[in-house]
Amino acid sequence: MDIRLTVNGRPHTLDVDPRMSLLDLLRERLGLIGSKKGCDHGQCGACTVLVEGRRANSCLALAVAMDGLSVTTVEGLADGEHLHPLQAAFIEHDAFQCGYCTPGQLCSAAGMLGEPGPSAVTENLLDDPELTPHEIRERMSGNLCRCGAYVNIVSAISEVAR
Amino acid sequence: MRPFDYARAASAADAVRRYRPGTMYLGGGTNLVDLMRLGVARPEHLLDVSRLPLDAVEEVRGRLRVGAAVRNTDLAVHPLVRARYPMLARAVLTGASGQIRNMATVAGNLLQRTRCAYFQDVSRPCNKRRPGSGCPAIEGDHSNLAVLGHSGACVATHPSDMAVALAALEAEVHVTGPGGDRIIPMPGLHRLPGDAPERDTVLEPGDLVTAVELPPPPPGASLYRKVRERASFAFALVSIAAVLDVAADGTVAGCRIALGGLAHAPWRAERAERELIGRPATGGAFLAAAESELEQARPLPRNAYKVPMARDLIVNTLEELAP
Repeated sequence: MDIRLTVNGRPHTLDVDPRMSLLDLLRERLGLIGSKKGCDHGQCGACTVLVEGRRANSCLALAVAMDGLSVTTVEGLADGEHLHPLQAAFIEHDAFQCGYCTPGQLCSAAGMLGEPGPSAVTENLLDDPELTPHEIRERMSGNLCRCGAYVNIVSAISEVAR
Repeated sequence: MRPFDYARAASAADAVRRYRPGTMYLGGGTNLVDLMRLGVARPEHLLDVSRLPLDAVEEVRGRLRVGAAVRNTDLAVHPLVRARYPMLARAVLTGASGQIRNMATVAGNLLQRTRCAYFQDVSRPCNKRRPGSGCPAIEGDHSNLAVLGHSGACVATHPSDMAVALAALEAEVHVTGPGGDRIIPMPGLHRLPGDAPERDTVLEPGDLVTAVELPPPPPGASLYRKVRERASFAFALVSIAAVLDVAADGTVAGCRIALGGLAHAPWRAERAERELIGRPATGGAFLAAAESELEQARPLPRNAYKVPMARDLIVNTLEELAP
């Protein structure tokens, strides 16, 4: 089936099998191998991208269902040679070890910073709370890091959230 | 994944018109796409209803009408939901992850399938997946499965948090289908397994959930609480949606308790609710009511822990709600 998809600002028209995930399309058809296939079940977050600016697990999205939408991958976060503030903060805070989860962490954090409102750990649901480390940990729980670099991931995101 | 054809419905009526055997409706896909990849769901025709104009949260005569395609995130952060139905906002926010809540729809949340490991493993028998093939969970790993309302055919639990809050709020599920439109009051959407565990709900083939409508919130204070194996992004071992209204004389004027993680459907603790009305809102009464409700439990060897866990959760939650 033919679909139109804008990826990191560039429009594409692609003929895809209905079974293909957005993740496989990005990696295998467009050569954007930043987004990672960790679990392929939506449990690890390594495949996280932004769809219409909102973070999503690209492994759980069928490419055909994304027709007409706009996707941002980790390759699209930087502005030319200028790193996204989250990318710079991840380097500054040494927020990774093996790096496999990092593209998903970056896209998830970028989406998360734009999500208003409370989380499950917010005391008062009417608040738009400050992003404390506790809040960040809850909001980033869809991204696993097997190296356990969470402490530095949280401090990197905290710096950008300020 | 087995081949299928894909089409996008133009309207709810169009979706129902195009439904034929082998069709499945696609919402956010967070459960269905995974089940298709596992070989558990094998649609021949996938009809995408995620972009239907059923994506509004609107007030209608003091009630809140939530479109079936509203994303979980948008439901949880909606100002009227946060202000009037905090229990619902909390339940949705404790479910899944930020990414999944952004994708998942309200109808999809209701219609998600059990996470029983045998159901999701096509190499094993499962009465829910392949009727008549048996239930290995009863002799095997049922540590996170049902203690209430299960049958010899199936001990699966319904995994939704949102549905538990909707059961306590007595929300209405609006459905359209080949047989016309109808309204199903919660918790009536989901059924107990009996001898037909392949049926999670009372929906008929081709039925499409179009909206969930919330009546005005009941008087009293409310809470949603969830016990799980890790602090975030995990299904409930036990959860509770509770509303408690205490009269000036300290007796219970109104009470609603719905439990998650314990049964094939959100479990409305009607026996406990009945016993509490008119009783003093004290820990002793809460314990007696919880124990009375849980007398119905038939735990299996590896999930017996859920019974005292549910008892303590009911008592602690009601104590926190009592003035």
